[in-house]
Amino acid sequence: MIEFSNYDILRNLLFATQWTILLSLAAFIGGTTVALALTAMRLTRNPAMQRIVRVYVELFQGTPLLMQMFLCFFGLSMLGYEISAWGAAILSLTFFTSAFLVEIWRGCIDTLPKGQWEASRCLGLSFLQTLRHIILPQAIRVATAPTVGFSVQVIKGTALASVIGFVELTKVGTMLNNATFEPFKVFTLVALIYFLLCYPLSLYSKHLEKKFHVSR
Amino acid sequence: MLYFSDLLQYSDVFLRGLQTTVELTVLTTILGVALGTVCATVRQYGNRASQRVVSVYVELIRNTPFIVQLFFIFFGLPAIGMMLSPWEASMIALTINLGAYSTEIIRAGLASISKGQIEAAKVLGLNFRQTLTRVIFIPAFEKIYPALTSQCIIVMLGSAVISQISVQDLTYAANLVQSRNFRAFESYLVTALLYLGLSILLRFAFNALGKRLFAYRTSN
Repeated sequence: MIEFSNYDILRNLLFATQWTILLSLAAFIGGTTVALALTAMRLTRNPAMQRIVRVYVELFQGTPLLMQMFLCFFGLSMLGYEISAWGAAILSLTFFTSAFLVEIWRGCIDTLPKGQWEASRCLGLSFLQTLRHIILPQAIRVATAPTVGFSVQVIKGTALASVIGFVELTKVGTMLNNATFEPFKVFTLVALIYFLLCYPLSLYSKHLEKKFHVSR
Repeated sequence: MLYFSDLLQYSDVFLRGLQTTVELTVLTTILGVALGTVCATVRQYGNRASQRVVSVYVELIRNTPFIVQLFFIFFGLPAIGMMLSPWEASMIALTINLGAYSTEIIRAGLASISKGQIEAAKVLGLNFRQTLTRVIFIPAFEKIYPALTSQCIIVMLGSAVISQISVQDLTYAANLVQSRNFRAFESYLVTALLYLGLSILLRFAFNALGKRLFAYRTSN
């Protein structure tokens, strides 16, 4: 049996943290991209498009992220689409992130007075011009704080990728636990690292929220 | 090709898993909201030291993944002498998790009650407990009820992870069935739909309960 010193445990965990960060970034980028497309579909005011978005949100908010990962990982490969743990994790986290972000953003756009759309039309602005010059600049300001806040959920969500065998922070934690039989120490450290990743984002989100409220 | 008929013979496995998930959800909803109510009250009206304790708890839980909290409680606590069964560990982890989120939500509700209302209660001779239960809690809960119930549903969905410490919940059933008949896609799809049904059902139940709870306010 290999002996693990405290230093070894910490070093391995910190090494694994980079995969958690990378996966979080990939999921966040994927999620925002899909959420942008979905938000655009919602704004078209086409009933069919809106229904698609509603079903999408219902589907991915109403089922466990873990189940989505299992479906992407075991399910797709059963159907003949070989997918790595990486791919399955990114795919399912993208669904998860976008389903929540599109709802968050919808709330932000809805806080803007309806009169602004009408006023822009009276001024002769087209739909895209209204979006670009009137709605988006305001909506982005409102949406920044909750979006940053939600990135914490994305980071925490990546922990589930350990279940399908993606070797990130939580997975290395369980592996170290099996090797060292020191669960208290190992999982305290794992939790601490997650906390150090997430807490600054939480604080920043709170700060942004305050800033926005003051300036309003 | 998809073969859903292969799953039929396992319907009792799924049903038992569903039952465990529902039982844990109901139990942890009650315990978690109770814990959140106490913590939110302390956070809003307590002294400085107790406020600090509550906010450390809330921030610690909200900024770490549930699966790590679960592993810490199930694997970590026995190392310092606290033996827990998987079921107990899950119940504690879910309650602590929901407790932290509901603290934040309920506190927002408490903060929304205007000072004048509390002062009026004092002038009328109500003591602190009476003011809380009769003047503050009901309108506060009415305001945050939708957010609180959404959080309960999120925690229910998050409970899928407890299968990892071999609690025989719905996800455990899915894993069991797919390991027996190798129908991974069908098994997980059916399970995902069961979760979806459960979350829709829960939302209906919460809405109905909310209408009952706050009925006298909307009727006038």
